[in-house]
Amino acid sequence: MKYLDEYRDREAAEKYINLVKKMVTRQWTIMEICGGQTHAIVKYGLNHLLPYEVNFVHGPGCPVCVTPQELIDKAIAIAEQPDVIFTSFGDMMRVPGTHKDLLMAKSEGADVRMVYSPLDALKLARGHPGKEVVFFAVGFETTAPANAMAVYQASKTGVKNFSILSSHVLVPPAMETILSSPENRVQGFLAAGHVCTVVGYEEYYSLAERYKVPIVVTGFEPLDILQGTYMVLKQLEEGRYEVENQYARVVQSQGNIPSQNIIKKVFRVTDRNWRGVGGIPKSGLELRSEYEAHDANKKFEVNIGEAENSPECIAGEILRGVKKPIDCPVFGTKCTPEHPVGAPMVSSEGACAAYYHYGNYRQRSLQSGTPGQKELQTEKNLGTNQ
Amino acid sequence: MSKSEKKEGTASFHCPIPISDYKSVLLAHGSGGKLTNDLIRKMFVPPFRNEQLENLHDGAILPSLNGRQLTISTDSFVVNPIFFPGGDIGSLSVHGTVNDIAMCGAEPLYLSVGLIIEEGFPMDDLWTIILSMEKAAKEAGVQVVTGDTKVVDRGKCDKIFINTTGIGAVWPEMKIGASEIQAGDKIIVSGDIARHGISIMSVREGLEFETVIETDSASLHGLVNAMRKKGEIHALRDPTRGGVSSALNELAEASGYGIQIDEENLPIREQVRGACELLGLDPLYVANEGKLLAFVNSEDADAVLNAMRADPLGKEAAVIGEVVEDHPGLVVLNSRIGGRRVVDMITGEQLPRIC
Repeated sequence: MKYLDEYRDREAAEKYINLVKKMVTRQWTIMEICGGQTHAIVKYGLNHLLPYEVNFVHGPGCPVCVTPQELIDKAIAIAEQPDVIFTSFGDMMRVPGTHKDLLMAKSEGADVRMVYSPLDALKLARGHPGKEVVFFAVGFETTAPANAMAVYQASKTGVKNFSILSSHVLVPPAMETILSSPENRVQGFLAAGHVCTVVGYEEYYSLAERYKVPIVVTGFEPLDILQGTYMVLKQLEEGRYEVENQYARVVQSQGNIPSQNIIKKVFRVTDRNWRGVGGIPKSGLELRSEYEAHDANKKFEVNIGEAENSPECIAGEILRGVKKPIDCPVFGTKCTPEHPVGAPMVSSEGACAAYYHYGNYRQRSLQSGTPGQKELQTEKNLGTNQ
Repeated sequence: MSKSEKKEGTASFHCPIPISDYKSVLLAHGSGGKLTNDLIRKMFVPPFRNEQLENLHDGAILPSLNGRQLTISTDSFVVNPIFFPGGDIGSLSVHGTVNDIAMCGAEPLYLSVGLIIEEGFPMDDLWTIILSMEKAAKEAGVQVVTGDTKVVDRGKCDKIFINTTGIGAVWPEMKIGASEIQAGDKIIVSGDIARHGISIMSVREGLEFETVIETDSASLHGLVNAMRKKGEIHALRDPTRGGVSSALNELAEASGYGIQIDEENLPIREQVRGACELLGLDPLYVANEGKLLAFVNSEDADAVLNAMRADPLGKEAAVIGEVVEDHPGLVVLNSRIGGRRVVDMITGEQLPRIC
């Protein structure tokens, strides 16, 4: 397939892997920001192909994973109101709230529907004037323009029964939180290509400078990730800390201006609570007051109890790159995709789900030996270079 | 999709609908009274006409099969939408059960059909579905020998549900099962994967593709018949719901062996691959309705593969992997770029990603 197969080419991949092998002199810890990149790394086995010195830790770029539990509880409570059609991207459906998830609410009679675009939700609102249609607006800067556009159009065309429950988050403040933490071990970043497509990467210059950390804007195909990793490693080995763009076929430094304009028109920056990470100032988007008629937060008075996060889940440490999924005591035992304890086990962008699906962790629950040993052994057996 | 948009709707062009006084199905059509009788005599018996069905008995008495082992399989069909590119719930309900029988190494012979119809269902659509079942059954050489019809209140079922049960006679020399699998067996897929699931998705609300992707729904026992004479087949599976990965995982677990497959060798059409990329779906988990996976003695693999490729339903057959002693119970994929990963069993439905 054109524009895809070129970026999954075995010979080119081998070339970059060999370049990395020749270059690295010590172990480096690199964080890929986006969950899509995490999945590509594990799905294509890049972590096995690259030498031991390259240590990937997985970033917070999984929108489903960082949506606070109280917001999921709220979403479920709204969905359970009479005459509400609650719409969401598929990813969000199985993320556990305190007592249940959206699919469970659906099985109990709530009208919960999966959509592929917020504009589809708007279409539903037009088709069901007697119902309140609510869209769960989750995501980073990537999904913000389309969500903003849906609200803008609803407002402009007077679709009063359409609203969004906004849980938008922004990447650069999260990177800063990770870097400024005393427990930080991230030495270089693969920045999320899709986010940069929208907002560009000019914001990263000061981050790279202040924290002396290389940041390479990187795509999502295996070759993108190998090349981005090589570029970060080269900077690290040479003692540089610059912003570079591996994903130049898509990303421009200033980003996509019309998309940024629609975001600014509809949303304003606000403080946001990140699941597992905590409150981060100026790290989220909420609707401007001109659009509050479409703000589900204001439209629906719902009472939700205190959100209870599982004390066993270490999602916060995983999302900050401090720990990996296999460091979690309940990974693959109590927490599986069938019975997720935390959001990263559910989302198709969650690091735990990636490790579980593509690694040999299923067996962990079947054996009583030292946790982790058997799968580590299989990991080694599967690895071709270790 | 309304009838006017249906591709296969032209079938009724040659066979005008036998019941014209009712435009839609009423509760009374399932009550066992006159209208039920009408429905059976006019709509169901003529297309499937055979001695057993014409008796209109409570069940069918079947001829003896001269000592051959019997196999029985049942499946219910609740697909939404009921009409989709290249097929409909009717043809699917025949192919699905015929294939389950064929995967037991048996020749499908008889079917029963149970219909659960929602009150108000258009009679026209019902006729189209019946004609589609007739065509599929004729092509497969199976007879519909008994049936049942229920009509439920509006909202109690979604348009129409169909259950089919099939009976088949095992081909004498065939011994099929997970316990027959041996290390070294070659794994052959009969053609391109993931087409049915994507075809269905392409016509679901909210997802419209520019190109039409037709289902691969087809009866596979003819292909199995061609294969069985060419070599020792140890296991057969039709990778329907859950896709190729689920079928392989089940067999890896049941046989106690490991399975290795090569991503590069998986046949998949460009449009299907494109749709999967776009929606964030893994084609290994997407349903097929006209494909089989065969575990074949390695020495016979070439002969079986050639026989498959000579059959229209196996033209694109390919060896995709083999059975190994390593990593028992696990399916491992060699990725296109040289990496390796485990292919896990799917949990729930694949949910399209956010971005």
